[in-house]
Amino acid sequence: MDDRVAEALAASIPRYRDLPGGLLPLLHALQAKLGCVPPEAVPAIASALQLSRAEVHGVISFYHDFRSEPAGAHVLQICRAEACQAMGSRALEAHAKTRLGIDFGETTADGRVTLEPVYCLGNCACSPSVRLDEEIHARVDAARLDALLAGLGEVVGG
Amino acid sequence: MTTRVYLPRDTTSLALGADSIAAALVIQAQERGMRLELVRNGSRGLFWLEPLLEVEHGGERIAFGPVALADVPQLCDALAADPAGHPLFLGPVEEIPYLKSQQRLTFARAGQGDPLCLDTYRALAGFSGLERALSMDCQEIVNAVTESGLRGRGGAAFPAGIKWQTVLDAPAAQKYIVCNADEGDSGTFADRLLMEADPYQLLEGMIIAGLAVGASQGYIYLRSEYPRAREILAAAIARAREQQYLGDNIRGSGRAFELELRIGAGAYICGEETSLLDSLEGKRGMVRVRPPLPAIEGLFGRPTVVNNVLTLAAVTTVLERGAQFYRDFGVGRSRGTLAVQLAGNVRRGGLVELAYGAILRELVQDYGGGTFSGRPLRAIQVGGPLGAYLPESQWDTPLDYEAFAGINAMLGHGGVVVFDDSVDMAQQARFAMEFCAVESCGKCTPCRIGSVRGVELIDRIIARDAPAGNIDLLRELCDTMEAGSLCAMGGMTPHPVRSALAYFAEDFSPDNAGPRPSAR
Repeated sequence: MDDRVAEALAASIPRYRDLPGGLLPLLHALQAKLGCVPPEAVPAIASALQLSRAEVHGVISFYHDFRSEPAGAHVLQICRAEACQAMGSRALEAHAKTRLGIDFGETTADGRVTLEPVYCLGNCACSPSVRLDEEIHARVDAARLDALLAGLGEVVGG
Repeated sequence: MTTRVYLPRDTTSLALGADSIAAALVIQAQERGMRLELVRNGSRGLFWLEPLLEVEHGGERIAFGPVALADVPQLCDALAADPAGHPLFLGPVEEIPYLKSQQRLTFARAGQGDPLCLDTYRALAGFSGLERALSMDCQEIVNAVTESGLRGRGGAAFPAGIKWQTVLDAPAAQKYIVCNADEGDSGTFADRLLMEADPYQLLEGMIIAGLAVGASQGYIYLRSEYPRAREILAAAIARAREQQYLGDNIRGSGRAFELELRIGAGAYICGEETSLLDSLEGKRGMVRVRPPLPAIEGLFGRPTVVNNVLTLAAVTTVLERGAQFYRDFGVGRSRGTLAVQLAGNVRRGGLVELAYGAILRELVQDYGGGTFSGRPLRAIQVGGPLGAYLPESQWDTPLDYEAFAGINAMLGHGGVVVFDDSVDMAQQARFAMEFCAVESCGKCTPCRIGSVRGVELIDRIIARDAPAGNIDLLRELCDTMEAGSLCAMGGMTPHPVRSALAYFAEDFSPDNAGPRPSAR
């Protein structure tokens, strides 16, 4: 096992092992440290929480947030829900895919940006909304999205 | 002289650049030798005016908005000379008609001050409901909630008092209070606003619930899409604990209540209460078969109150001002106030808290000011992704649970999403099925498979592949999903689909030219 993974497990498991329903908080903690929950960590998690590997894998694969591989350096989420649709998010979504040259769930070849759908960021009075890493942006059109991507420091995609 | 100014720190204001405006304000004031005390308050929910700057001036708070970064130098000049002369001047904030005409109970404190300041909360009557509750026995608290007529604000509108009574009557050494803060419906942001602007109200409601049913442990299940609410709630819980509002001896009463914040992981279905409980237990968020009710066998198999953020918040008003006071708002069996959230293609989007019974059209026109695009209004979706699309003939429906049920629609969590005439309702119907396919927990077949078949059928209808026969099949599929699904996800996805078919049939006909020019 990778040293980083082993370290993260050693640091997080004691904290969440005895917490009732501690699997989700544990997975969040691991992903915060490692950028994902690597498949090689699953047996150790299962054994520490007295679960089967299938149960742990089931949880990781059920929730949209958990990944088995690290995302790109930045994660761009575009809201696909109705309030944003009413304000042109379908066009924004298409623009983002063209601009980055990738579909939802993919990462640009240079590893800079992962593009994901999101279903509501709770910013529905000032749609369309996107989330770039931890920041949410309101009233985003194609030009604003390009500016946000340009602000990441390097030209991305094509 | 120091001038106190307020600039919100909620998600929407930050998403519109509030942090850079705050930084510029400080620098510009320094350059002018002005002494500024900047308070980062919560939003008042007038999102169309965010970022909304408030300034204490002549004994009242005057407002400016929406403020852009480029406005800051001029604004600072105006503050020193003639505030009322600035083009963004809105007058005293509480006189803004959008706010003044509301009936704010739950959102009365929102935006008044630093959301994390306990002194501010107490000065604005915070914790007086808890004080009252600490002097009552369990049954008296439950009676107050029952008599208030309060119904669950998450969407199902189940009477809160009956749920609480069931948990109170269930014998168990351990009971739980769970706050459903998985506000996933598109077009809704009331829970977020409350958590970011007035988090102690939610904590107070949960503590009262704990006292009422004999539960010593609470959980807030917050969706991961709300990073700002997460920071604010975590800080609020820590501060409440420091001042003994949480812990084993609440304010010296000898009563105990602990609270933990848990974060979801991006699953709409976890807003369904039994799925939420499974998720809290560390499992996949699968819907449970009922019975047993969560009130009898809920979290970890123990009696559990699961209430929405706004339900728990409303309890503080019921306790502070009495069941009768709360009950006096509203119509029919919908008592109290509804937090309407105006969203989507609307000029003045934001939160409007009014007694139940207001007319949808008036809300969208008078408060909302019509569409943002200026084009004609075409459809209004009320109640989130599982709510019906209402055509103009239904816009005079009063906002009350029974009236909405009467037109095969639902009020849900109070989200109102406005669409102009560029909307293609066949695409909206398709999205309803697609969303259900993406977010279904997969436990029951009508939801898991039906939603996928629904997308396929609508694709065929859009492609003019035997549209008449496929529309009949789609209707039958909707009947099956409604009758055979375990929970509202599969059971109510037919709402938007059927309403699109019924009231916007032209969009499914061979004459439909396909997607119209975009709204922007």
